[in-house]
Amino acid sequence: MRDVAVIGVGETEFGELWDRSFRDLGIEAGLKAIQDAKLRSEDIDAVYIGNMSAGKFIDQEHVSALVADYSGLADMHLPTVRVEGGGACGAIALLQARLAIASGMHDIVVVGGAEKMTDVGEVQAAEILSSTADQEWESVFGATFAGLYAMMARRHMHEFGTTREQMAAVAVKNHKNGALNPEAQFQKEITIDAVLQAPWVAEPLGLFDCAPLSDGAAAVVLCEAQRARKFSDTPIRIAGSGQASDFLALHDRRDLTTLDATVIAGKRAFHEAKMMPKDVQVAEVHDNFTISEILAIEDLRFIEKGKGGPATAEGLTALNGKISVNTSGGLKARGQPVGATGVAQAVEIVRQLRGEAGKRQVVGARHGLTHTLGGTGATAVVHLFERGD
Amino acid sequence: MKSGIVSYGGYIPRYRIRPKDIGVVWGADGEAMGRGLNIRAKSVPGPDEDVITISVEAARACMAKVDLDPTDIGAIYVGSESHPYAVKPTATVVAEAIGSAPVLTAADFEFACKAGTAAIQTTMGLTLSKMMKYGLAIGADTSQGAPGDALEYSASAGGAALLIGVDHVAAEIAHTVSFTTDTPDFWRREGQRYPSHGGRFTGEPAYFKHVLNCAQLLFKRAGTTAEEYDYAVFHQPNGKFPVRAAKQLGFKEGQIDAGLCVREIGNTYSGAIMVGLCAILDEADPGDRIFAVGYGSGAGSDAFDLTVTEEIRKIRRDATPSIKEMMADSVFLDYATYAKYRGKILMREA
Repeated sequence: MRDVAVIGVGETEFGELWDRSFRDLGIEAGLKAIQDAKLRSEDIDAVYIGNMSAGKFIDQEHVSALVADYSGLADMHLPTVRVEGGGACGAIALLQARLAIASGMHDIVVVGGAEKMTDVGEVQAAEILSSTADQEWESVFGATFAGLYAMMARRHMHEFGTTREQMAAVAVKNHKNGALNPEAQFQKEITIDAVLQAPWVAEPLGLFDCAPLSDGAAAVVLCEAQRARKFSDTPIRIAGSGQASDFLALHDRRDLTTLDATVIAGKRAFHEAKMMPKDVQVAEVHDNFTISEILAIEDLRFIEKGKGGPATAEGLTALNGKISVNTSGGLKARGQPVGATGVAQAVEIVRQLRGEAGKRQVVGARHGLTHTLGGTGATAVVHLFERGD
Repeated sequence: MKSGIVSYGGYIPRYRIRPKDIGVVWGADGEAMGRGLNIRAKSVPGPDEDVITISVEAARACMAKVDLDPTDIGAIYVGSESHPYAVKPTATVVAEAIGSAPVLTAADFEFACKAGTAAIQTTMGLTLSKMMKYGLAIGADTSQGAPGDALEYSASAGGAALLIGVDHVAAEIAHTVSFTTDTPDFWRREGQRYPSHGGRFTGEPAYFKHVLNCAQLLFKRAGTTAEEYDYAVFHQPNGKFPVRAAKQLGFKEGQIDAGLCVREIGNTYSGAIMVGLCAILDEADPGDRIFAVGYGSGAGSDAFDLTVTEEIRKIRRDATPSIKEMMADSVFLDYATYAKYRGKILMREA
């Protein structure tokens, strides 16, 4: 397998971007990444797009060709691929693009992720999100996405004594990081009390335990590692990738407090990269709910199982803590345009490893990780990145 | 020659319901909802009240304050999004009730919450052009919020009538300007019982964009700044939006307090800014300047620069209850009675 590196990154701001369409967002992120990589359109071999549900959110399928077209690449007749995998689609697109280069088929691939979620009402958006759970065995019986994660939270509280305050600490930390990210949807710090007093979404998860609905897009340019130096002084190598799946429905899983897909995807990525969790200084993990981040830092072995809550409350995962988690603000504060998530996480890690993260820069960041979930954890993708120098 | 408000009258139904009592039915924290909206109660029309009766009450209150011949009124326009009839005007009933019929023109207006201010502008034109002596502009609603929806906590009932003309003007309108775009933030299709809305979309790109832009246009047109006004009043869908808009425009609490009725009676839709304006006229003195910006979903804003004249002293302002008195004169309902009054209980057909 050939080595692959990231040579360009770009993103839009995340938020309720009512005056911008899906294609506006896709183009902006894509062009920023291409400019960052100093590419000409002739250099590009393929376009991969992560998108969860444009068909339901904006009645538009076939978004792979659309994005290439509106990015001015139609007359290049590039192969374009749209990947769907629930919330993990952006991360899977990145993995597939990496494989396409590693295999020798392509040299340079643009990977985009985009979602336009605010063209539909909030109830409809929640229903669309729930469609990544099991429609026949979960959603149809009234289980919402938040409700399913609430069950995981409840079980984690029961088994390990995790408290609402500890979960709230995830939201407080990520808002604090988001306040340092000019592209974040929420750039305002919040307090533990504010999280605890917010109305219930699904007990024990309140409004501030949940990531928002967002519009946004992100893109990265991948390049065969040998050529990468031509385009970038600090190419960021993809050191390892792992993907795993699990039972679609929560009730079929082995355990409610461990996402096996995360554990296995993490092991695969670390094994390939010949790295250990302790080697990672900065991680973007899938915090669609506060409990999700606690599960992720445990399942990725950054923190001992059951100790994710106290570790967060003690600041071990804060910016420049033991490991800096969700420096971008995460899904919670940076925003959650579902298809963009996995790619946006990669953008943040690349910025951190390049030393370009500004006020939220992790000191001495050399190795970074992204962790992205589909559904309630039936898909997990982990990528490990390292500075090429 | 300037046209302006010759007389005014408002009407607010006596019944009220508190957000807490709505929330309890839907398993929601109504008190928190009320705090968030800055609404303590909303007015509820009685079982025999609708936009026609509210318009008539407001028009009668308006005419009771002055000694003018109702047949001098050449036009009556009623702005509302809850006219009792889809086909058959509200305005004709008002015309008959106040003795203005039959030599006049009349019509019903609709532009979400700003149909009443559109009627003010129309009657300004008709009176400035001397086509008629007076025109009556009414904004009134018995607004609909779907049971359990966020709107149910604020959608209320009330209305106001403003007599517009160029003689005996008690509040001169020196400038009016509008700002209109196609922004679908709130709508109700033919035959639908309850409106739909775009959630938070009704804020930033809808209410604030139109109100703030329109206000800035008015400042420019009038060559004024916020501190030159004694009062400011805005469309008030809740107690939060107008306060934020006012602050952004440089107005202080003391300038907006008198016209901010929404906290006690909820959102009277087409009536909202006009009731607020009436509350200000209830207490204003000659020379006072008033800044008014309405908003209607869909979307647009109408803004007015008013100056109160000596004529205000000649109006019998105490001939009818003041807006403040009507706001205080309240009977609180439980949700069941509210549901009955709002026709939400299926009854046996007669």
